[in-house]
Formats: sequence, C-alpha cells, structure tokens
Amino acid sequence: MRIAVRALRRNKLRTLLTMLGMIIGVGAVIAMVGIGNGAKSQIEAQIANLGQNVILIFSGSFTRGGAHSGWGGSGTLTVEDSEAIQREIPGVTVVSPEVRSTAQVAAGNQNWSTQIMGESADYFTLRQWPFKDGAGFGEQDVRSANKVAVIGNTIAQQLFPGEDPIGQLVRIRNAPFIITGVLKAKGMSMMGSDQDDTVIVPYTSAMKRLFGMTTLRTINVQVATPSLLAPAQQQITELLRQRHRIGTGKEDDFTVRTQQEIADMATEQSKTMTYLLAAIACVSLIVGGIGIMNIMLVSVTERTREIGIRMAVGARGNDILLQFLTEAVTLSIIGGLIGIVTGMGVSKGIEAWKHWPVATPLLWILASFLVSAAIGIFFGFYPARKASRLDPIEALRYE
Amino acid sequence: MEPVIKLIQIHKTYHTGEVDVHAVRGVSLELGKGEFVAIMGASGSGKSTLMNMIGCLDRPTSGAYLLDNTDVSELRRDQLADIRNQKIGFVFQGFNLLSRTSALENVELPMLYTHGLSVKQQRERAQESLAMVGLAERAGHHPNQLSGGQQQRVAIARALVNRPALLLADEPTGNLDSQTSIEIMGVFQKLNEQGITIVMVTHELDIAQYTKRNVIMRDGHVITDAPVANRLNAEDELGRLRVAQKAVQLAS
Repeated sequence: MRIAVRALRRNKLRTLLTMLGMIIGVGAVIAMVGIGNGAKSQIEAQIANLGQNVILIFSGSFTRGGAHSGWGGSGTLTVEDSEAIQREIPGVTVVSPEVRSTAQVAAGNQNWSTQIMGESADYFTLRQWPFKDGAGFGEQDVRSANKVAVIGNTIAQQLFPGEDPIGQLVRIRNAPFIITGVLKAKGMSMMGSDQDDTVIVPYTSAMKRLFGMTTLRTINVQVATPSLLAPAQQQITELLRQRHRIGTGKEDDFTVRTQQEIADMATEQSKTMTYLLAAIACVSLIVGGIGIMNIMLVSVTERTREIGIRMAVGARGNDILLQFLTEAVTLSIIGGLIGIVTGMGVSKGIEAWKHWPVATPLLWILASFLVSAAIGIFFGFYPARKASRLDPIEALRYE
Repeated sequence: MEPVIKLIQIHKTYHTGEVDVHAVRGVSLELGKGEFVAIMGASGSGKSTLMNMIGCLDRPTSGAYLLDNTDVSELRRDQLADIRNQKIGFVFQGFNLLSRTSALENVELPMLYTHGLSVKQQRERAQESLAMVGLAERAGHHPNQLSGGQQQRVAIARALVNRPALLLADEPTGNLDSQTSIEIMGVFQKLNEQGITIVMVTHELDIAQYTKRNVIMRDGHVITDAPVANRLNAEDELGRLRVAQKAVQLAS
C-alpha cells in the first residue's frame, strides 16, 4: 500500500489524468442516478396530485408507444358520454368533463397567453386543489354557462400584481369573466409545464361562449374506493364502446386510464431514461478502466528494472502482482471517490439551477465505490500479472 | 571446512534461435564459509551465467547446486525468491538502487519481502546495515545526491540487511574510478574478515588481487582455480595512493 501510494505520487499529472476517466464515469453515474431518482419521486408526487381514485378518459385511441399528442386529439367524447357515465356506472362519485385550449387573457393593461381549461364544479375537489383566495364556481354556473373564472397563481401574479383579483374582470378572447377564486400554487407538472399558468372556467362556458367546441378532451372520473377502479374502468370502456357504436374487434376511439396506469407509464419512462443514462455511464467507466490498464502497462514497462531489483532481493511473483494491483486499485478507488463527490456536486448544482429535485440513493454510492474497486482489479490484473511474470535476469538487464 | 556453495557438473544451455548456446559446460566448484572469491574471464566466458545460477536468479540445465547443503537446482520460482531474500545479497555493477527513494528505504527493500519483521525492526536493521558501510549519516539522501562509491555502499548495505550467508557482487567496481574501487574492496575485505562469504565477478586483474582466491573461466569451463599469491590490502593501497597524490601535488 505504502509502495503503491509512493509510486502514484511520483507521477502526479499522469495519475490525475488516469483517474479522470474514473472520475467522469463514476461522476456521471452518480449524477444520472440522482437526477433519475429525483424525477421518479417527483412523478410519483405528481401522480398523487391528480387526485385519489381517479380514472381519466381521453378522446382518441392511445396505444402504448404511440404519440402522446393523440390524447384528446380527435374529439370523440361528448358531454352526453360524461352524463351517461355519471348515470350508469356504479360507484362513481364525481364526473368532470374537460376541455382545453390556449387563449390570450387580459385584465386592465396586462395581458398573458395561457391555457384555458373548461371544467366542472367538482374539478377542484377531484384534483384536491385548494384555493388561496375566494372559491370555485358552482353547479349553477356550469348549468347556465356563466362567465366566471378561477385563476391559477401564476395568472394572479401576471395580471394582478399586488392586487386582489377576486371579483375583478378578466377578458378571455375579449369576453369578460368574473374571477371567483385564486388557486394555491401547485408547481410544475410531470411534463414540465407550469400548472399554475391556467384559467379555469365552467366547461359549458368554454365550449359555448369561448371556443365553440362540441366535444370534450378528457373526462375525469372519481370513484369511491380504490377497489372500484378496475371494474369501473372496464364498465366505462364497455359503455363508451356501446355509445360510440364500435363493433367487436374494432379499436376504441377513446382511452381509459386509471391513475395507477399513468403512474406506471411515467415511472417506466423515467426508468428507461435512467437505464439509458446508466448504460452511457457504464461505457465511460469501461473507458476509464481501459485508461488505467493502459497506464499500468506503460508503468510496468517503464519500471521493468525496478521489478528486476525487487525480484533479485527476494520479491515473489505474487508480491509484484500485489504491488501493481494495489496501485491500479488505489488509482481506481481514489478516482471513484472523487467521482462520487463530483457527481453529487453536479446533482446539487443541477438542483439549484434547474430546480429539478435530486436524490442520490446511498446504495448507488456504495455500488459505485465497489464498482470502481472492481474495475481497478479487473483492468489492473493483466498488467500486474505481466509484471509478476518477468524474468529477473532480463528485467535487471533492461535499460 | 563446511562448503557454502557446492556446484556439481553444472551445465547451462540457452535455446536461442537455431543454435544452442552452451554458456556453462560442466563446472564443479566448492566454496567454503568465509571465502572471498573472484570469478574472472573474458566476456562470453560464462562467468555471468554462472553467477546468475549461484545467485538463484537462474536454474542450471543440468547438474546440482547445493547452497548451505540444500539442493536449489530444482526449486520453483517462489522458493528461489525466498532463497534470494534470505541467503543471498546482491551487489550490481550499476548499483541498481530505486532512484526516488532514500538510502534508508533502499536498504529496507529486501525486508519488505521478509515476513515477521515489524516496521521498527526493519528501520533499525537498515540503520545498522548502513552504519556497517559507513553511511549512517546519509540515510535520508536519495541516490542522486550520493557519489558512485556511496551508492555502491548503499547497495552493499542493502545486500547485507537480511544477514545472508553469501554476498554476490557482479562487477561491483565496473562503474567506479580506481580510488573508489579500492575503497569498495576495502569494505568487502572488512566484511569478509567478519566471516561473510563473498563471490565477485570481475575482469579487472588488480581488483581480483584483493580477494583470496581467483577462478578463471573460458568458454564455459574453469581453467584456473588458485589462491591469490600476493594479496593486496585495501587500506595499505589507499595509503600508498594518498602519498602518491600528495607527491604529485607537491611537484606541480
């Protein structure tokens, strides 16, 4: 050990450059895993954010691996569908039809382009989205398509800086809406958009008075207990196929997803991402290992005479093997440790810069450490064995 | 007298390319404890090959080699390494010290491969050994801070540190000027007086005159094996040299 450290210190620059491969490799692994894990926990929080026991029905078919933009694209769901679900599916507590569009909103001399969501009065309960100020609109507002609006926190800040927006007018496509409530800030969605950058109006108002829509984008359904999710999903599918007159063997023109399925899909995506990044990191680790092997081979050649001297004074082959192996492992372990620190630093930096949550599991830190040691042993073994097999006479004669 | 080294019909053949090279062809030799032998001969006479075999760096093709009454001609690599560590001390022409390591650490080197010695014991023994060659004050110096003669003394201290039965020197004065050579021979003579057996390869006749016995080789055979008639004493020679130098200084 003492000999190894001494030998490494003798050639600091080379040692550092050799370690760099390991540092980058391990650093990349740690940073990637940290970010991936953070994303995963964030997604889980977002999914919980959707509400409890929620089933989402999107218009248009969605097959796994297909394009996301297909969701809510082809406009096959109607208000009547949602009413039928409310009426016929047992265990359903809340049904909230939803439309969405983007529009320019203005108040006073401020204006802002934002997402307009048409929802039912129950939407806020379903999403478990509390109010910061005021209240939501009622059933009556929905029935008579009143021009009332609930605004997200971002809108409140953009259109009414330093003012109380409750009771004020916001013009959506020049139609004046009275603000009844401001929602509490919710933050980024799992797709990375600002959920608070939105104006929510009754879906009837949105369809008739703003956009002239006849179909829905989504129907949000809430059931009483988690055990009802699967049967309800099944029944909704059957009901809608019947209503849309889809023959057997034909594809659905809508998609029914439970919250859990969406969660699974999202985690799967982030998992795939993590695996991909981990694979890249592994490649750089291997490159780092080859770097170590390369340097160790050079070192063995360079120190042939030293090996000869050591053998002449009684070093066994194993002593020499151990010496060079220790050197390689020291190199890779120190590189790995620096890599772990660097990787965690990078994750922290990204956390501060991009506001992505980062979580580095201890298990991965431990694993990276062990992997670095293993790389040292694996890639250090060949050069070390080569050194240990030198003929002492030849080695002593080496210039 | 109990023989330290007993060579019986030693042969060494190298198979290089198409022609077999018979470097050593049937050498039998007996060296007793406390002997001081110079092996001489022209290059290619087989003296270095013989030396490598005596030093357990190489194994004979045929014949037996008894070192301290144990046959070492059939031992495995690791066993030979242990023999080199325990029973043999090497001194080389080119000193062969580890460059960026202090004199003391160089002397400690063989003990790294000896089991059962504490770090403290290693340090003490190395100091002792350096003192024997008169370099106790230079323990912290690196080889490049030492003169050739001093480097060779460090190498001798290293060779002695495990208290070997046998000290082997391969052209120990080959890289040194004549005065330093005599000094080194003085060190050898002193060690020999303390009972250490020394075998030395050299091609310098005057250096061989400091030993007790000269073995001359040619073409893989021993052609002469005789005690030294007019043995030189290093101290006397050094004294004579100093007088001569003074005379030159006065004359100029």
